[in-house]
Amino acid sequence: MNMETIISIKPLLAVLVSLLVVPILVLSGKRPNVREACTFLAAGIKFLIVLSMVPVILNGTQIVYTIAEVIPGVAIKLRVDSFGMLFALVSSSLWIVTSAYSIGYMRKLKEHSQTRYFCFFALALSATIGVAFSANLLTLYLFYEMLSFATYPLVTHHQDHEARSSGRKYLLYIVGTSIGFVLPAMLISYSLAGTLDFSSQGFLAGTGSKPLIGLLCFMFLFGFAKAAIMPFHSWLPAAMVAPTPVSALLHAVAVVKVGVFCVARVLTGVFGTDLLFSLNLNVPIIYIASFTIMAGSLIALSQDNLKRLLAFSTIAQLSYIVLGIGLLSPKGMTGGMLHIAMHAFGKITLFFCAGAIFVATGKKNISEMIGIGRRMPVTMAAFFIGSLSIIGMPPCGGFISKWYLVLGTLEAHQLPILFVLLTSSLLNAAYFMPFVYKAFFCRPEDAMFESRVQEAPAFCVVPLVITALISVILLFYPQPFLRLAKMMVQSITGV
Amino acid sequence: MTDLISMVVAKYNYWIYITLMMIGLYAIIAKNNLVKKIVGMNIFQTAIILFYVSIGVKKGATIPILEHGHGPDAHHVVHAVDYINPLPHVLMLTAIVVGVATLGVALALAIRVYNNYNTLEEDEILAQIREK
Amino acid sequence: MSEQYPALLVVVPLLSALVVSIAGWINKRLCFPIAVAALGVAAWSAVGLLLRVLDEGVIVYKLGGWSPPMGIAYYIDYLNGLVLPVVSIVALLNLIANKKGIEQQFPDKIGPFYTLYLLMVTGLLGIVVTGDAFNLYVLLEIAALTGYGLLAMGEERAPLATLNYLYMGTIGACFYLLGVGYLYIVTGSLNMVDIARLLPPLYQSKAVMAAFIICMVGVWLKMAFFPLHAWLPNAYTYANSAASSLIAPLVTKVMIYVMIRLMLTVFTPEFAFTTLAVSNAIVWLAVIAIVMGAVLALAERNLKKMLTYIVVAEVGYMVGGAWLGNRDGMTGAILHIVNDALMTLCVFMVVGNIVYKVKGYAFEDLQGLFRKMPFTMGALVIGAMSIIGVPPTCGFFSKWYLIVGAISAGHYGFMAALIFSSLVSVVLFFRVFEICFYEPFADHHGHDNHPGGMDEAPVSMVVPLLIVAVILIVVGLYTGDIVNHVIQFAIPETMV
Repeated sequence: MNMETIISIKPLLAVLVSLLVVPILVLSGKRPNVREACTFLAAGIKFLIVLSMVPVILNGTQIVYTIAEVIPGVAIKLRVDSFGMLFALVSSSLWIVTSAYSIGYMRKLKEHSQTRYFCFFALALSATIGVAFSANLLTLYLFYEMLSFATYPLVTHHQDHEARSSGRKYLLYIVGTSIGFVLPAMLISYSLAGTLDFSSQGFLAGTGSKPLIGLLCFMFLFGFAKAAIMPFHSWLPAAMVAPTPVSALLHAVAVVKVGVFCVARVLTGVFGTDLLFSLNLNVPIIYIASFTIMAGSLIALSQDNLKRLLAFSTIAQLSYIVLGIGLLSPKGMTGGMLHIAMHAFGKITLFFCAGAIFVATGKKNISEMIGIGRRMPVTMAAFFIGSLSIIGMPPCGGFISKWYLVLGTLEAHQLPILFVLLTSSLLNAAYFMPFVYKAFFCRPEDAMFESRVQEAPAFCVVPLVITALISVILLFYPQPFLRLAKMMVQSITGV
Repeated sequence: MTDLISMVVAKYNYWIYITLMMIGLYAIIAKNNLVKKIVGMNIFQTAIILFYVSIGVKKGATIPILEHGHGPDAHHVVHAVDYINPLPHVLMLTAIVVGVATLGVALALAIRVYNNYNTLEEDEILAQIREK
Repeated sequence: MSEQYPALLVVVPLLSALVVSIAGWINKRLCFPIAVAALGVAAWSAVGLLLRVLDEGVIVYKLGGWSPPMGIAYYIDYLNGLVLPVVSIVALLNLIANKKGIEQQFPDKIGPFYTLYLLMVTGLLGIVVTGDAFNLYVLLEIAALTGYGLLAMGEERAPLATLNYLYMGTIGACFYLLGVGYLYIVTGSLNMVDIARLLPPLYQSKAVMAAFIICMVGVWLKMAFFPLHAWLPNAYTYANSAASSLIAPLVTKVMIYVMIRLMLTVFTPEFAFTTLAVSNAIVWLAVIAIVMGAVLALAERNLKKMLTYIVVAEVGYMVGGAWLGNRDGMTGAILHIVNDALMTLCVFMVVGNIVYKVKGYAFEDLQGLFRKMPFTMGALVIGAMSIIGVPPTCGFFSKWYLIVGAISAGHYGFMAALIFSSLVSVVLFFRVFEICFYEPFADHHGHDNHPGGMDEAPVSMVVPLLIVAVILIVVGLYTGDIVNHVIQFAIPETMV
């Protein structure tokens, strides 16, 4: 790979912006308006820094920055490539929207410890961008763990018994797997190859025996439990005790996407497509992913709590991405990477809606929301658009990524997987559409809400309208995400 | 059998120090009374001191002081064989000081323990701790 | 001036101990500044020595001008050049942090306390700097005797626990002395470098093997290597916090240093790993030490005692790493001396702050501490991250080397034990965090503002603690430099 690289401190700044804002947030804790203004400022600056690197990346150049050479052959090092840029763009842009939403949500509900909430949110975003820009496995692991611990106080924000038990589950799954699987796998890889730098064809080829490589592959696959691949998925529904903005940004975008991002990075940058092909490792990966897709969608069907339903839907959708990468065909991988962006905008809209409904009515269960569309038409319209995007129907962005995934299955000659994709789309429709239908078209006497119920505050509604609109726009203007994904796939496969 | 006896006899100093060490160790581990344990500890230390002192000893040799070191016949040749090695003995002066200091600290601690629990029997003290 | 650093290192704390004990009679307020100044000089000399070693290589300092092997020589090479600054800086920071705590706990014993404290540091620095095997024994006992004095100034149970430590410590020191005696019999020398020169032809001798094993057993007793650890938890738990946060980070680590010194300098790695052929068994012992330390820590419902069992497990890390018999493992062990000293200091200082404010360290005393003492708890979080092994804190990197060493030695049991201990540490610390974070539980859904605000320890305690916490991260980021410029020269080139 003859890629030009330039050395620049920009990626480090992008990571540090939200880290450095934390002390300011703490100091301005007494004055909420100043605090929120700082959050916005940091989010804006972060997004602008990320955005300023986009043209360079689209030119086919990489940006690198070494922070510290900690171990011979392994540095804490940042590198921006097209895949990392795709993910960083998605999460940094959505942070701005979520910040706005957080203000509306947290203030309306008069949540306690809001300063802590905003601080750890900023920390989590630092870690997310850090993961996106990691140049090697050690840096990736560093930010991955930082994200695990930074999100713990957010998940357990309510500080009650339920939060504590969910927090335990969260840590058990996320930290347990990362220390139990990823850490030894990383060290064994280092012992085998003497390096941990991601490269377009992986660095493990020709180093270890077949069974060892296979073992490592599954240690990484399950070790990044943030990807919520079954059977390491049940932390995600548990984490839904968090305030809704946390669920929206972290458990639909940042945290879970970090998981799949790590899986994708490791599969392509550590193992390399050729090695996976030659050992036939892609087959078990896509079948595990397919199982997760089907099982997640089926469980989602039976959920009544709206946030839990969305959580199971997320579990299924995450495995689309893993599936796309596992197909190892250019179109499939493009689809998988693109799905990171498409699913993010769709799912965050849905979570925002769920939160807005909770703010306005205090209801969490679908069975208590019949007729809600008449009282909150804007919210439910956005919900409809978001669910279309998840199902993968035009006019939403989700259609493009699914289209590429379907093409990918054909390209890889995996017809059973095509069947899985189509069935899953039907299931998606089956758990979203009845709810949307009942929300709008119930008989007047069934409606559960009186006329005094109205839309949530503007700070809640505007963000969800924005993300819904973006979901639609992405179908027609999928750039730069599509371009970035294609560039990455080209550097991996040469096609 | 004769080999064994000759081995024991020839190196009797080692056997003595090992026996003393074991006696000391036994007292530290098995005795119930704190002062007895401290005494055992002291026996243990003394065994080591004995070991050091005995390795400096040489049969038929004398203390390393030059006779007629002054005066007209001062310049005669010194035969190292004629003198015992003084270094281990000197070292043991330090070790004895250390031993005394340890004993002092140990006894001071034992007094503190006695003031707290009104007994020096370890089982009684542990029983008192359990009651609390 | 810089020529005299090795002497200043030991002599200044020693003499100032005398001065402090007199000053204590005159005016108690004089003691603290004198002690800080003395340890400041020691820390300055230690850092100066490290820089000189980096610059010119090994330094030999002849005490009183007597040349070895007759006189006592101090050798400063890369190994103790690294350990000296750690010991002196840890002692200095802990001294500053505990001023208030000491005044609160024993207002009428300030003079004696500082005297013992300085003597203890003298002993520890002496152990690290000396190049004479018998001198090391004497300094070992100086450090131990003062340590008994410090540890016994504690709760009601402290004297008995200390007495048990005293028996074990004395036996350990005596074993070491005995081993040195055997070495003296075969070589006729007490100077470490001299012994190392004379030993190689004698490596098949039973006496030499016995000497080595006996020395090792003695050192293991002193460092509380499982199953010789039984004295440690009680002795450290019931002591006052100033003493335990000096002794817990330093004593075990200095003893690890002595072990590595014996293995690398007095004997050779080939002798330790090949001629004796016991290294595999010792690593398995270390595995048991780590696992048992972790499990016993789980059984405690008391923060300080839990930490003492973590110390026991950490000893297993270092012994195991040193005995893996390869360069990575040894690097990890030496690096962990530095890192573990700092992170143990961090968590024990946290306990000191908690005891100062809450007057207790059982789990039920910790409720709501995140709200009351956010800075102290922040430092605890960083210390815990380091013990768990989360990058970029320093604990991760020594664990890295230890695990890489285990992999290249093919010792997967040791690797599994390290991973297991990390996982258990997560449980241990998050159990503490949960208590500090959740309880007392909010009555309803947690939407109200909690009553009561901050009640943080004094600035003079919090600032040193935060410095230590920052050092944990800084040392982590500079691991590469420490290994490349110091540790790799501390390990003989023959070891691969």
